[in-house]
Amino acid sequence: MGKSAKAKSRQQMQYKDYQQLAKQKQLKIPVFRNVVVAFVIGGLICVFGQLLMTLFMRLGFAQEQAGNPTVAALILIAALLTGLGVWDVFGQFAGAGAGVPVTGFANSIVSSALEFKREGLILGIGGHMFSLAGPVIVYGAVTAFVVGLIHAVLR
Amino acid sequence: MKATKKLGLQTVAFSRPVAIVSSASCVGPLEGEGPLRGSFDVVYPDMLNGAGSWEKAEVGMFKDAVQTALGKGKHSAQSVDFLLAGDLLNQCISANFAARDLGIPMLGLYGACSTMAESIGLGSALIDGGFAQYIVAAVSSHYASSERQYRFPTEYGGQKPPYCQYTVTGAGAMLLTNGQNIPGLAPRITHFTVGKIVDLGIKDPFDMGSAMAPSAADTILRHFSDLGLQSDHYDLVLTGDLAYVGSSILSELLHQSGLELGNRLRDCGLMIFDRERQQVFAGGSGCGCSASVMCGHIMETFKQGKLKRILFAGTGALLSPTSYQQGETIPCVAHAISIELCDDRALGGGTL
Repeated sequence: MGKSAKAKSRQQMQYKDYQQLAKQKQLKIPVFRNVVVAFVIGGLICVFGQLLMTLFMRLGFAQEQAGNPTVAALILIAALLTGLGVWDVFGQFAGAGAGVPVTGFANSIVSSALEFKREGLILGIGGHMFSLAGPVIVYGAVTAFVVGLIHAVLR
Repeated sequence: MKATKKLGLQTVAFSRPVAIVSSASCVGPLEGEGPLRGSFDVVYPDMLNGAGSWEKAEVGMFKDAVQTALGKGKHSAQSVDFLLAGDLLNQCISANFAARDLGIPMLGLYGACSTMAESIGLGSALIDGGFAQYIVAAVSSHYASSERQYRFPTEYGGQKPPYCQYTVTGAGAMLLTNGQNIPGLAPRITHFTVGKIVDLGIKDPFDMGSAMAPSAADTILRHFSDLGLQSDHYDLVLTGDLAYVGSSILSELLHQSGLELGNRLRDCGLMIFDRERQQVFAGGSGCGCSASVMCGHIMETFKQGKLKRILFAGTGALLSPTSYQQGETIPCVAHAISIELCDDRALGGGTL
């Protein structure tokens, strides 16, 4: 073993020892609590969505058409709460429960637009609005394409 | 020629300790509700403070801190030789833009959260070297301006881990002068230990406490060994800002190396907030954290005569969004300065 290789392995040992110590002293993420809260809150958001959908159907939308106004209403509510400065507090409490439904997507777009509005309409809002939501759109589209391809081939 | 003022490997001793004339701290609303609320000169009612953006609010806060410190020292900006200043934003815009209006010749510094210690240390060196008579050392950080630069938009609802730190909205400024200008009792900077960049492979940008603790340990141990000090030499060894996680790692690392500081070891990130009552996760961070604690609470405690000698180790995580997105680990640094409450005297050729 060369001198530099020896030094490298000594450094790796030091890294490992330290990371063990750091892990020991780390404040643990309350995974169980987070999962339970996400399940309950995420579920409640979906129940609320279902309520809205039923309401829209009562107002005369067909079942296939009622989905769109429902999603729009959820987005509007999340966007409004983001603008009022409430959503980030709620998101810290609910975690994935708030983030995974379409509400989280709305929050990521509105919060970016709000944050960068001071850099102007074009480079600020336009350029940054999708900086967090972009990956969801890109990989959502890619996944849809692949699934569509499989669907077409298997049919 | 030998560096006559250097002791050991990384420490310099000032031949005539540099006096702190005055200091000021300006903070945001959350800090103003914290345990140190009585010690700040200015507490802003909200984080924007009437400015058009977070960045402009930070510039205003920076200027307020410098002007308040100058006012308390009954000094005008025109007679200050240099301003040594920095902040957390790209291209140090808070400090540079504040200096544009202050009109003091300015050197910009970046050491992340260690910048206050760095600016005090360098300022003292300039004064002790005879290059300046009056120097202002000042830094600032702002929760929202750092959040959007380093992490996410402020209103983004992602869940943060309990070990992350909350960037302090605050600015601190300190007016330094040659020891002879204040013959009586005053807090004086006696030594400055320049830290090495230490990186033990922590990658998680939310976990800055773990990343910075080894650099703090390295610099503090080096300071004690360079000067041959006993563990009870200082009333207080103050880190800024490791918060809960980093502080507990630091005391373990110091313990492993045989330096027992006990409850003399404290951290600005833990002092400025009440973790039980305020949602700040592991505690405070940002260069405004240690700056506002030092320029407010600590200087006040010196004035009350409750502190005689302290070591202040500012710790900085030198990461950028680019570096961690490319999978780099987080290099960190800590600079330490010793401050002693004493009359003007010469330390003489590098002896204690």
